[in-house]
Amino acid sequence: MSDELLAIADRVVAMAKPGEQIEAVVVRGTETEIRVFGGDVESLSSAQSQGVGIRVVVDGRQGFAYAGSLDESAIAETLADARDNVSFATFDEFAGLAEPDGMAVPVLDLHRDALVSFETSDKIAMAIELERIVMAADPRISGIESAEYADSISEAAIATSTGIRTVGSETSCFVATYAMAADGDETQTGFGFSVGREPSDLDPSRAALEAASRATRMLGAVQPPSGRLTVVLDPWVTAQFLGILGYTLDGESVLKGRSLFADRLGESVGSSLLTLIDDPTDVRSFTATDADGEGLAARRNVLIENGVLQQFVHNAYSARRAGTVSTGNAVRGFKSTPSVGCLSVSLVPGNSDPAALIAGIDDGVLVQEVSGLHSGVNPVSGDFSTGAEGLRIRNGELAEPVREFTIASTLQKMLRDVQAVGNDLEFLPMNASGVSLVVADLTVSGS
Amino acid sequence: MIEQSVLEEVLGVAMRTGGEFAEVFAEDRRNASAVLDDGRVEELTSGRDRGAGIRVVVGETTGFAHTADLSEAGLIAAAQAAAAAARGGGGGTNVVALHRGSASRGYDIETFPGDVPKARKVELLTRADEAARSVGDAISQVSVSYGDNRRRILVANSDGVFVEDDTVRTFFAVSCVATGDTGMQTGRESVGHTIGFELFDMYDIDQLARNAADRAITKLAARPAPSGQMPVVIGSGGGGVLFHEACGHGLEADLVSKGASVFRGRVGQQVASKGVTVVDDGTMTREWGNIAIDDEGNPAQRNVLIEDGILTDYMWDHLRARKEGRRSSGNGRRQSYQNLPMVRMTNTYLLAGEEDPESIIASTPKGVYVKHLGGGQVNTATGDFVFGMTEAYLIEDGKVTEPLREGNLIGNGPEVLQRIDALGNDFAMGPPGTCGKDGQGVPVGDGVPTLRVSSLTIGGTAA
Repeated sequence: MSDELLAIADRVVAMAKPGEQIEAVVVRGTETEIRVFGGDVESLSSAQSQGVGIRVVVDGRQGFAYAGSLDESAIAETLADARDNVSFATFDEFAGLAEPDGMAVPVLDLHRDALVSFETSDKIAMAIELERIVMAADPRISGIESAEYADSISEAAIATSTGIRTVGSETSCFVATYAMAADGDETQTGFGFSVGREPSDLDPSRAALEAASRATRMLGAVQPPSGRLTVVLDPWVTAQFLGILGYTLDGESVLKGRSLFADRLGESVGSSLLTLIDDPTDVRSFTATDADGEGLAARRNVLIENGVLQQFVHNAYSARRAGTVSTGNAVRGFKSTPSVGCLSVSLVPGNSDPAALIAGIDDGVLVQEVSGLHSGVNPVSGDFSTGAEGLRIRNGELAEPVREFTIASTLQKMLRDVQAVGNDLEFLPMNASGVSLVVADLTVSGS
Repeated sequence: MIEQSVLEEVLGVAMRTGGEFAEVFAEDRRNASAVLDDGRVEELTSGRDRGAGIRVVVGETTGFAHTADLSEAGLIAAAQAAAAAARGGGGGTNVVALHRGSASRGYDIETFPGDVPKARKVELLTRADEAARSVGDAISQVSVSYGDNRRRILVANSDGVFVEDDTVRTFFAVSCVATGDTGMQTGRESVGHTIGFELFDMYDIDQLARNAADRAITKLAARPAPSGQMPVVIGSGGGGVLFHEACGHGLEADLVSKGASVFRGRVGQQVASKGVTVVDDGTMTREWGNIAIDDEGNPAQRNVLIEDGILTDYMWDHLRARKEGRRSSGNGRRQSYQNLPMVRMTNTYLLAGEEDPESIIASTPKGVYVKHLGGGQVNTATGDFVFGMTEAYLIEDGKVTEPLREGNLIGNGPEVLQRIDALGNDFAMGPPGTCGKDGQGVPVGDGVPTLRVSSLTIGGTAA
């Protein structure tokens, strides 16, 4: 199937005129999403989609166009639009496509036929089972906000007139649920999920019980008093934090003066406990991939090692401009040109299990959910403030649930204030994995 | 976009296996965007998305399939897939007769952006870049973006509805970074309306760019925001997202019916301070959340959600309304033909009160004045919500004083609505927004007068 996509990409590239660079990204995907409610299917969406994105570079100017179709006429129109757009861009001596860099695209086990042959009726059964386990988990569970099974089979081909030809196919699936627990007028919610590449990777029971436990343990939550406390971020929260941190390490932000770590290469930027890697070749990661958005081999990059900033991530353009080589970190869909970003960022786990981390804290908060990351965190200035909920920690033990408070600091300070890294690496339905993380001296704003 | 006879045939196929309701939603969308960053026009992008989503409802189950193939064969294949997904058990023939309706928004596009030369769009970018940089040497980076889209939709369903619409939106934004001894700060301004290129007759792009630059520079001198509870005054036009989060989402009937809203069962009750009237209004011509019809073919409406503090109604889409035996409120929206519709807001706003905005600040001894809010997020089941402040100042002795660094504010919807103790007479709509729900983004507008909440928790770091 992917060969067909590569053939389309090849045909577009073959239309390059002298002096013209062309890149074609051709994608096709099949997605299924099943939502259940009250023991029945609420909605079942199943669809194929496809698209093509064409980038043209002529004499240091770049144009781009896309279409959500692989029809010959749509492709011709898209190429014409991309060519027309070229003339309006500003000349940029570094503009250009990626060039083959001699690194072989790794062979990763990302496509599983077991997902392709997984019957719709079995997908429905799994989603219904997910809801059933949530509802049976505890008498205080009052309902579900959502319970779903979703999967995707995606194929992509990238070809360029500079000699790149890459194809890949990936399968992924997950189950996720938001449970509600009620006590009188009070309702609390909790999230649980399980991700994988094929159905046998999924553990709906674990997802359901996690959601139920997170919801019920929040019942009776109060607003905590304001103060400065040690905070334990659970893996789900840590992963979201790492996603933001990744932005500050992208080579384009650095070049354009939007990274607070721009001048800090080789310097200590955080606790020596921190080693941050971006490794899309780890197939356990939900966003693992064999190639980046420009068709270069995906690779494992160490960004921060024992607290010392090692490198930024780059795509072909940012690397050329920075006088270095691409780290295989072009990020894109077919509707956009490549930007730079981390593909699958993670902390190297520490030695302590979460219970041991909590046992070492006299007075703190375990944060199990954050909100408003997009509105209260500014990755340019480093200001960090998010809504939070979780459990109070007293004398080394989990205590009463707390909600309606914020945690605040700056990204710079939080990295220095890391006190411990947990051993509980979790893979999540996003481009970051999480571990429990102990951060000292966050400002808790509450009553 | 598609012949009536083909639509009738497709709907017939969709209903053949026992469907109770079937719908074809077709969309042909063209996007154009241009980005200037780091002093260079990086690229112009053109895009086209065209296709149809077909849903079939059987009992409580909705089956959905979409296709980029708008031929009769492509649509019939999608209809069969949607019917199979809905697991229809029945049989027989269903005849669907469509009655063509019309969509009207009371506004005629003056200049279709597609007719404007690309060079003219690029010129706006460079002008804004120069204007922003001219504000001061502290401005270290500027990014400017232009976007327009034309979205033609067609809705036909087994109830006989057959209606088409053509919507044009135009958008412009400037983001600046200022660098100083205290590090970097950002400032952003954006404008967007459901109109054509005449957007640029309405706004002075140079002024917009200078405002974004000023905001970034002002924040270089900002001190950390306070931590804890205090009165918060929200500026006219800058804070509509407060109501979008504090009550808007909680009044969406799909969430209410699942018990996932703190506002369930509260219609007719006093849920907000007297004087608070909240409206969701898709008919607001030219505004970012304006629609002539929703994405289920229902005409846009002006819906009063809270009137003088009393909860009057929720917002409805086809599915939820049908279940309750009532009419949709025109709030069924979707991101694209690839998504199922659900209950969504349009333009959500709080009506003006009578107080002088100056006197609201003057009567606040100590608090925070939030001139512009950023985005927000809500847990509708608990009512807890956050929203970010992108431009805020301290209020001391009834006067606006020092600027504050960014942070989130947190509150609980039902509690905050009861704590509104002052409403200004200076209503204004705010900048264009994108509301996200279940992974789908749709354009929404919001607006507020100057108002005061007697107590909110401010998530800063200063004691």
